[in-house]
Amino acid sequence: MSESEGNASTEAIHAEQIHKRFGALEVLKGVNLSARKGDVVAIIGGSGSGKSTFLRCLNCLDHPTSGSLRINGEEVRFKPDGHGDLAPASRQQIRQLRSRLAMVFQNFNLWQHRTLLENMIEAPVHVLGVPRKQAIEEGKRLLDRVGLNDKHDAYPAFLSGGQQQRAAIARALAVDPLAMLFDEPTSALDPELVGEVLKVIQSLADEGRTMILVTHEMAFARDVATRVVFFHNGVVEEEGPPSEFFSNPQSERLQKFLSNFN
Amino acid sequence: MSKTDTTENTSSALVSAPSQGSSVRLTGWLILIVAAAAIASQMRWDWIMDYYPLLWRGLVTTIILVIVTSVLGLLLAIPIGLVQVVGPFWLAWPAKAFCTVIRGTPLLLQLWLLYYGLGSLFPQFPWIRQSELWPILRQAWPYAVLGLTMSYAAYEGEVLRGAFAGVGKDQLDAGRSFGMSERQIFRRIWLPQAVRRAMPTLAGETILQLKATPLVATITVLDVYSAAAQVRQSTYLTYEPLLLISAIYIIISLGILKIFSRFSSSKQVRLAG
Repeated sequence: MSESEGNASTEAIHAEQIHKRFGALEVLKGVNLSARKGDVVAIIGGSGSGKSTFLRCLNCLDHPTSGSLRINGEEVRFKPDGHGDLAPASRQQIRQLRSRLAMVFQNFNLWQHRTLLENMIEAPVHVLGVPRKQAIEEGKRLLDRVGLNDKHDAYPAFLSGGQQQRAAIARALAVDPLAMLFDEPTSALDPELVGEVLKVIQSLADEGRTMILVTHEMAFARDVATRVVFFHNGVVEEEGPPSEFFSNPQSERLQKFLSNFN
Repeated sequence: MSKTDTTENTSSALVSAPSQGSSVRLTGWLILIVAAAAIASQMRWDWIMDYYPLLWRGLVTTIILVIVTSVLGLLLAIPIGLVQVVGPFWLAWPAKAFCTVIRGTPLLLQLWLLYYGLGSLFPQFPWIRQSELWPILRQAWPYAVLGLTMSYAAYEGEVLRGAFAGVGKDQLDAGRSFGMSERQIFRRIWLPQAVRRAMPTLAGETILQLKATPLVATITVLDVYSAAAQVRQSTYLTYEPLLLISAIYIIISLGILKIFSRFSSSKQVRLAG
């Protein structure tokens, strides 16, 4: 861990002492987590352990109550948001950082009023300022890559969950992100559709994409992750390389959690 | 390749099912038209030639009133609906109050309060009488436009409030997660999705707006209804002018539906719950 703090050029995400409170409920109680470029960090844990909230704090979709955040070596500047949490101090900065951290949601969140191809070019054209023609070319290429060659002009509502999630992953790739944040990408899918989405994520891991992946797919986390992190009650209870983590869990809570899956 | 095939199949399936129903409906319409023609042939229609210019003027006024007040009303309804969803309360509260008052009182009353109230208040101020706006303010149509616009804004403000609230927060989150500004999110995601949700309701409401226009006859605006009323007064014919404008209203209604269906089919889209 200390080596990731040392070298800023290889560090993608560094979160320190992230706290998040919803009213009286403290969901995150000081989470530390960092990812170097090329890392695939799988976050596992029971429901309510704060994994999704943590992920949403990384791009400030949820405002952390306290803590500090460094993306690609750049410190995120915060200011009090007037509700007891921290809002990004600079809209410019947070928009710029968000565009580098592409998020894939549990419920896909494709824009329903746009075709898949329109979904693909929205952020590149209107946030990054990529020329439209180039964005369309790239969008088509990425849709083809995730196996949606014949669905460019389809609206999301006409597609299966697996197809929608693959499109959502392609949409995230379209901004050529520094890191990708996956928020339980297969939890809303029918069991028979999970495989096709995992295959796409696997291929991204193989090409060295930096990813933070909140998941319940233990076998997948073991295969794909370079590091696994176990959340419990708003803190990181245990973490390690998958081989160690799954075969030799140290904490009692992790042992108990993993026993649910075997 | 297979994509076009499926679309064609689905669309032909969609077309063929209603076309059977529509042939039955067509027969019904034919019977109705023949019956109407039989009755109409027993009536007097020679007056149409004499009153044609008057009726035409009224018709143009009615159509312009519907278009202008619906467009202006919708432009007002967007902020009225939006502030009720996002606040702040000092904007949300007046918007809510506006909708409640306008929707809670008869349009006829509003028109009279505007025309006989405001309209007779203005001349008491010399500076208004001397202003350049006076030639406009002393006419009736500005009050008709104002009244109908406010009415449409209030009803559609309420419709859009629901439509704005109905767009999933996750759709907006997706925009934020890619670094879109709040303004871009509103313009490119929230507003278009809300308007598309509201479209079927707006079509119906615009037809109601058309059918509210005869009320302007009571404040001396010459619309198609008041033209027909004039015909009735001078020819002593009761049914013929009323039947004629009934047909006219039906045709305009169909036109409104046509315009709205073109709007929503140009982007054929289904919004998931």
